Amino acid sequence: MKSLILKTVSKTLLPLLILFSVFVLLRGHYLPGGGFVGGLIAAVAFILHAFANGLPETKKLLRIHPGFLIPIGLTIAILSALAPIILTGDPLMTGLWQEQDVPVLGKIGSALFFDMGVYFVVVGVCLTIIFTISESV
Amino acid sequence: MEILLAIMTGILYAAGIYLILRRSLVKLIIGIVILGNGVNLLIFLMGGLVKGRPPLIPEDGNALEGIYADPVPQALILTAIVISFGLQSFAIVLIKRAYKVLKTDDIDTMNKTDDIT
Amino acid sequence: MSEHLVIYPIIVHMLTAILLLFFWMNPKIQRYISILGSAVGIIIGILLFKEVWTDGIQSVQLGNWQAPFGITMIADTLAVSLIVLTNIVAFALSIASTKNMVSTRVKFGYHAIFHFLIMGLSGAFITGDLFSLYVWFEVIIISSFVLLTIGGRKIQIEGAVKYFTLNMISSIIFLTGIAMVYGATGSLNMAELSRIIPEMENQGLVQTISLVFFIGFGVKSGVFPLYFWLPASYHTPPSVVSALFAGLLTKVGIYAMLRVFTLIFPLGEMNQMILMVIAGLTMFFGGIGALVQKDILRVFSYLIICHIGFMVGGLSLFTEVALVGAVMYMFHDIIVKATLFMMGGVMYRIFGTTKMENMGGLMDNYPKLSLLFAIPLFALVGIPPLSGFWPKISLFSASYTAGEIAMLVMFIFASLITLIIVAKIWNKAFSKNENRIERRASFKYFKDFSFSEKAAYIVPIVLLVGVTLYYSFFAEHFQLVAERIGYELMNTEEYYNAVFGIKEVTKL
Repeated sequence: MKSLILKTVSKTLLPLLILFSVFVLLRGHYLPGGGFVGGLIAAVAFILHAFANGLPETKKLLRIHPGFLIPIGLTIAILSALAPIILTGDPLMTGLWQEQDVPVLGKIGSALFFDMGVYFVVVGVCLTIIFTISESV
Repeated sequence: MEILLAIMTGILYAAGIYLILRRSLVKLIIGIVILGNGVNLLIFLMGGLVKGRPPLIPEDGNALEGIYADPVPQALILTAIVISFGLQSFAIVLIKRAYKVLKTDDIDTMNKTDDIT
Repeated sequence: MSEHLVIYPIIVHMLTAILLLFFWMNPKIQRYISILGSAVGIIIGILLFKEVWTDGIQSVQLGNWQAPFGITMIADTLAVSLIVLTNIVAFALSIASTKNMVSTRVKFGYHAIFHFLIMGLSGAFITGDLFSLYVWFEVIIISSFVLLTIGGRKIQIEGAVKYFTLNMISSIIFLTGIAMVYGATGSLNMAELSRIIPEMENQGLVQTISLVFFIGFGVKSGVFPLYFWLPASYHTPPSVVSALFAGLLTKVGIYAMLRVFTLIFPLGEMNQMILMVIAGLTMFFGGIGALVQKDILRVFSYLIICHIGFMVGGLSLFTEVALVGAVMYMFHDIIVKATLFMMGGVMYRIFGTTKMENMGGLMDNYPKLSLLFAIPLFALVGIPPLSGFWPKISLFSASYTAGEIAMLVMFIFASLITLIIVAKIWNKAFSKNENRIERRASFKYFKDFSFSEKAAYIVPIVLLVGVTLYYSFFAEHFQLVAERIGYELMNTEEYYNAVFGIKEVTKL
C-alpha cells in the first residue's frame, strides 16, 4: 500500500501525532488523558508511517528496536513508584509533589514520571506486537 | 437504559459462548473477545448508571460535589481492556501460528496432545 | 524502608525482570542475573516470614490511600509461607534453566518472563483486593502463555491453544464474579467484604456468586470437570517450565480458593457439599486418568489433578484441622510436583523418550540417581516419614471427626491409587530391564552431558529433595506454621484489623 498521498501526509502527520501524544500525556496530569492513551497515539503515528513507507523505513526512523523501550519505560515507572519509599518513607506509589507550580505543566509529581513510564511501555509493546505480526506475514 | 444494557450483556455472553462452542479456531477467539466485552459491560452496569459529572474535584473545592459517576468501575474496565488487548494480540499470533504449524482450523482435529500412546 | 517489606517480594522480581530485559541479547549474563534475583527473593521471603511470624500480619496501603479506598497489600502467614516456597522453587528452577534452556529460547526473553511470572505469583499471594488479585492472575497467565509457547514446537502450540482458551475463559468468569460482587456490595477490598457479606440479606445470591468464583478458580487449579487443559498442555514445554507450572500455577488457584472461601464467602452447607463432591470426583478421575497413561509426564500431569482433590477436600470439610491439612498438603505438593517434572526432564534425557515402555534399567545404570528419584516418588505416596504422610494425618482425622466417611474413603482411595501408579513407574522405569528404542541421532543424551550440564539438571533436584527431606524430618515446624495459618483462616479479625490499621490491645 504505497500511495503517494499517504506517503506525503504521513510525513507531516508523524511529528504532529507525536506532539499530540505528548500533549495527551501531559494533559493526563489534571484532566482525562494520560500515558496509556498518549502511548497508543504515538504508536499509531509510527504504524501509520510504516503503512505508508514500509516497515524498514520506520525501523530506520526509530533507530532502536521498539522492544528496548519496554525496559526503559518500566525502569522509569518503577523508580517513580519506589521514590516515596526511598525519599520520604511512605508506602509504594505514594504521590510526591513539587511545592511550586511549573508554568504550563502545573505541579510536577511522581505520578507524571509513572505516566511517562507507561507511555514508553505502551509505545514499545504496541510497536513490537505490530512489527512482529507484520514481519511474519 | 439499564434494562437495555442488561439485555445487551446477555446477548454478548450468549454470542460469546455460542462462538466458543464452534469448531473453528478463529470463531473461538472471536467468541472470547465478545465474552470479554460482555464482562466489561457487566462491570459498567454493576457500578450503577447515573447521569453525573466526572468524579473530579474542582480546583477550589476539596471534596466531590453533587451527583458524580462512580470512578471504580471505569478504572476496572480500563484495566480489563488493557489486559484483554494484550491477551487478544497474543491470541491472534497464536492462532496464526497454530494454523501454520498444524495446518488446520478445526478444533476437533487438535487431539494430538490427548493421545494415549 | 524496612516497614515496606511486604511489597519487596514483588519488587525484587520486577527489578530482576527489568534488568534481564536490558540484557536481552546476552543469554550468559541473563542466567547469572536470574539466579541472583531468585536468591535475593528467598532472602526477602524469609525476612518477611520472620517479621510476620513475630509481629503478626503485616500490611501496606499502596499510594498511602487508606483501605478500603486504596489497594492493600497484606502478608499473613499463608501468603508469606507460599512466597518463601515459591522463591525456593524459583531459585532451583533458575539454576536448572542455565543449561536446560537452549539459547534461542533465552533470546525470546525466557528469563525475564520467568521472573515476571514469579512476580505475578508473589503479587497474587499478598494482595488484599479482589480486582488486584485478578490483575496478578492475568500477569501470571500472560507470562505462562509465553513460557508455554517459547520454542514453538508443533505439540507445544497445540497444547497452548487449549491452555490459552480455558484460562481465558476462567479469567472471564472470575471477572464476572468480581462484577457481581461489586454490584452487590460496592467494595472489592477483601477485608471489608468479609464484614459486608455476612450481613447481606440475600444470602442465596451470595452463595451463587461464590460458585462463580469457584468455577473461575476451579479452571485454574484443575478440579474435576474443568481440568482437561492440564494434561493436554503440561507435558509439552521443556521440563523446567512444566516444573514451574506444576509446582506453582495450579496452587495459585487453590490459594485463591482458600482465601476467598474462608475470608469472603465462608462455605455454606450447600457449597461445602458441592466442593466435597467435586473434590472426590477430582481425586477419582485424576487417579484413574493417571493409571491409564503411558507417557510419564502425562502420568505426573494427572497426578497433579488427583492431588488437587486433597486440597479442595480439605477446604470443603471447613474445619481448622482440615484447613491445616490442606495447607500442609499444598506445601508438600509445591515442592514435590516441581521435583517430579524436573525428574521427568532428566529421564527424558536418559532414555530419549517419555514413554514408560521404552524406559528401564535406571536402577542398574544410575543407582545414585535412582535413590534421589525415589525420595520424591515415595514422598508423593506418603510413606512415613516422608512429606506426603504428615498432611494426610490431619486430613484423615478431620474427615473422620466431621463424620464425612465418603470423603475419608476418597482420600484413602487417592492415596492407594497414587501408590499403584508409583509402583508402576518404579517397575517400568527403574527395575525393569532396559527396553531401549533406537538412539536418536541428533539428540543429546544424559550420559553425553558435560559435568556442568549434568549439574544443572541434578542440583535443582537435590535442592528440592533437600527441602522435601527437611519437611519430612522436621514436619513439626511445618505443622506449627500450618496450624497458625488454619487459625488465621478461620478467625479473620486479625486480618481485618491489619488491613484497617486497628491495633490490637492483646496479642493473640
